[in-house]
Amino acid sequence: MPVKVSMTVNGKPATAEVEARTLLSTFIRETLRLTGTHVGCDTAQCGACTVHMNGRAVKSCNVLASQADGADIVTIEGVAKADGTLHPMQEAFRQHHGLQCGFCTPGMVMSAIDLVKTTPNPTEAQIREGLDGNLCRCTGYHNIVKAIQAASASMR
Amino acid sequence: MGEMNLIGASVKRKEDYRFLTGAGNYTDDVVFPHQSYAVFVRSPHAHAKINAVRTDAAKKAPGVVGVFTGADTAAIGGLPCGWLIHSTATDGQPMKEPKHPILAEGKVRYVGDAVAIVIAETYNQAKDAAELVEVDYEVLPSVVDVRDAVKAGAPGVHAEAPDNKCYVWGHGDKAAVDKAFAGAHHVTKLEFVNNRLIPNAIEPRAANASYSRADDSYTLYVANQNPHVERLLMTAFVLGLPEHKVRVVAPDVGGGFGSKIFLYAEDVVLTWVSKQVNRPVKWTAERSESFLTDAHGRDHHTVAELAMDKDGKFLAMRVHTLANLGSYLSTFASSVPTILYATLLAGQYTTPAIYAEVTGVFTNTAPVDAYRGAGRPEATYVVERLVETAARDMKMDPAEIRRKNFIRSWPYATPVGLTYDTGDYEKTLNAVNKLADVAGYAKRKAESAAKGKLRGIGYSCYIEACGLAPSNIAGALGARAGLFEAGEVRVHPTGKVTIFTGSHSHGQGHETTFAQVVADRLGIGIEDVDIQHGDTGKVLFGMGTYGSRSLAVGGTAIVKAVDKVINKGKKIAAHLMEAAEADIEFKNGHFQVAGTDKKKAFAEIALTAYVPHNYPLDKLEPGLNENAFYDPTNFTYPAGSYVCEVEIDPETGVTRIDRFAAVDDFGNIVNPMIVEGQVHGGLAQGIGQALLEGCRYDPETGQLLTGTYQDYAMPRADDLPSYQIGTEKTPCTHNPLGVKGCGEAGAIGSPAAVINAITDALGVRDVPMPATAQTVWRALQSKK
Repeated sequence: MPVKVSMTVNGKPATAEVEARTLLSTFIRETLRLTGTHVGCDTAQCGACTVHMNGRAVKSCNVLASQADGADIVTIEGVAKADGTLHPMQEAFRQHHGLQCGFCTPGMVMSAIDLVKTTPNPTEAQIREGLDGNLCRCTGYHNIVKAIQAASASMR
Repeated sequence: MGEMNLIGASVKRKEDYRFLTGAGNYTDDVVFPHQSYAVFVRSPHAHAKINAVRTDAAKKAPGVVGVFTGADTAAIGGLPCGWLIHSTATDGQPMKEPKHPILAEGKVRYVGDAVAIVIAETYNQAKDAAELVEVDYEVLPSVVDVRDAVKAGAPGVHAEAPDNKCYVWGHGDKAAVDKAFAGAHHVTKLEFVNNRLIPNAIEPRAANASYSRADDSYTLYVANQNPHVERLLMTAFVLGLPEHKVRVVAPDVGGGFGSKIFLYAEDVVLTWVSKQVNRPVKWTAERSESFLTDAHGRDHHTVAELAMDKDGKFLAMRVHTLANLGSYLSTFASSVPTILYATLLAGQYTTPAIYAEVTGVFTNTAPVDAYRGAGRPEATYVVERLVETAARDMKMDPAEIRRKNFIRSWPYATPVGLTYDTGDYEKTLNAVNKLADVAGYAKRKAESAAKGKLRGIGYSCYIEACGLAPSNIAGALGARAGLFEAGEVRVHPTGKVTIFTGSHSHGQGHETTFAQVVADRLGIGIEDVDIQHGDTGKVLFGMGTYGSRSLAVGGTAIVKAVDKVINKGKKIAAHLMEAAEADIEFKNGHFQVAGTDKKKAFAEIALTAYVPHNYPLDKLEPGLNENAFYDPTNFTYPAGSYVCEVEIDPETGVTRIDRFAAVDDFGNIVNPMIVEGQVHGGLAQGIGQALLEGCRYDPETGQLLTGTYQDYAMPRADDLPSYQIGTEKTPCTHNPLGVKGCGEAGAIGSPAAVINAITDALGVRDVPMPATAQTVWRALQSKK
């Protein structure tokens, strides 16, 4: 049975009728065609689908669209400034080569922003622990850790 | 004015902006008008006879566009294997090549084998309808382990190979090796499994095929590392379609690591079916499908022996390997445990006689093929585990036994068929000793002991053959394809440049590295160079990206095309400046009459080529566009020395990598930042193999036990250390850039270093990979 969902996505209202079983990740990717949010697994393990829901990082493949009814959602497309200037976290990933194939990157950036928000000056160990929900197969995490360290300094 | 000194500069990547802002374009992001969605019905059994497939209910389900089974596709050829290996150790016969059908025909041979495809208006409808396909299976006994599969009476996977042996391949001088062993002072022998791995690119495989009745053409978007090869194999060998009517696009691809080289059944079924239903059809693997059906890596059982004289000088090596090929031969499956493995068994050493015998074995498991390193990690593991163990047997320092046996002059022809062009293994070993602070190890070990912890140190000095490959050599060894690369330089009238390359970037940063090479050579700004790849509709041809070949082979093709542009530019410049062509020099972005201040900028020459008013039209075509094919004359031989230090809690077996130092010789380096990133990623995969990752099938039922991220231990950020990285440089002698390749090194060199460190810490001869806490704890208990 279809359900009507309404939410704010990247500052704009989004309303649609979807199947009740529609995942938030599917709603974002297929209904809204915001394809920066990636789906890398079906068990909420890889974190590529991470978005911010009411200011908190969540795995959008593990949330039903209907559970996000009324929520404020930010996806990777909503992170940079309107003029295209990168967010300090995005810029740090670029400066420190914290991405290779780019597939895990949106989820990594969304998780990393949340990580620095909750732990403003993280140690390397705290960053590594904080990234436990995000898999990257390319970078070995080395430069992601460096990028988050640098971003945490510039976001202070 | 162009930027200078781009070679060797850590230029930030051009591709990053789109990836960081969610603007990448991966296959699953592509949606066409009238898009339909496919789901595959897969075998839940490792081995079964298919008595019937009933699709009536599925065909009537809401939104269903079509349902097809092996009965519909039986007339279509099987997936080809790209490398012919002969049973040189036995009867000399060609390998057994049973048909690899695109949908199962009569039998399923591994859990995940595709039985039917269901296409519907929406993905959910396809998924629901797939549940309605009824398959009547008659379950047969199955076999998953190579040791079991070669036993008499084992279940046979294919009628064509009743003993499950695809080939028994021998390489090297067996008689010389046997003689050397007979006279040896000491023989070090090890028996181990090189554990089976599941590649796990974070982007699952995906494909979106469409057919146009308007011009009888096909377009396939696919997450793939070599779209031209995909097209060639699919059109010429499977579907019999006209190659020029099929366009294959591999857009942004979210990691490959080898697993996206191959022509997969799903890609072919989708292409074929798009015409049957006359709709674009998209399929994206769920992660569980990736675990089940992406070609896996490694899975060797090996007995290896090293013969030495009384001084620890290596006399001979003998290696017997059972290599799991899985249920069907994947695209390059046959070459990985043979050509890419046994030819590397000399390592960095002068071992004068080597013999390897490899039995390729069919089992009821997913196909096994190239995974980051492909054969070379397995070879390095054999050599470096043997060498470290030999040092312990001979009571020698592990660095010293290596120094004693290092190759010290180049070119060097090994007894296993390769000729190393250049290197300096002593230099990388010295550098890593310093970087790893090996001198301070004793102190750190004492500190660990004071905390009740065990500390161990291990070396690994690897070599790899990269820059695949000289086509004539590969052909003589059984390759059924050429291994050159193609590149095109399109100079626009304003002097801006678009490069089309047959290499494919799926994380390697080609859009930046290749642009650095071109901008440097043309003396123009890097922002004036764009790199295009991954589309057979744009790129003239290509063999793609694998085997650390992109810069060494693909980059060289581009350089050759750039040089043709410069040569033509000289002719134009000579005409414009009324000078002899021989007097024109090209440097810093200008064509200059030697010894004068008369010069023309590159952009002026480009404009002249497209506005040929004052132009030697009688002698020269207008325009400035060149292409080149480059076929290397040899492999490249990246090599390096790694040192791993582990600290183990003897109470729990928990093993922590405390330090990991890697010094690599990749020849010249264009972008150090990108190269270091490649090393980091390779190390993570190698350390993952050594400590965490291990694919397991149930030996009774053939079920995949490690089919999710909850069961298969992918390295996470807190499993890994930060790395110490260094480089040394002996430029490759046979390509103009002097580059060797860096993509696989970390995965090749690191597993042996980790296991050498763990066995050192524990004081045991061997610990199987992955050395999980439980495995390490058990090894300690068995010692007590």
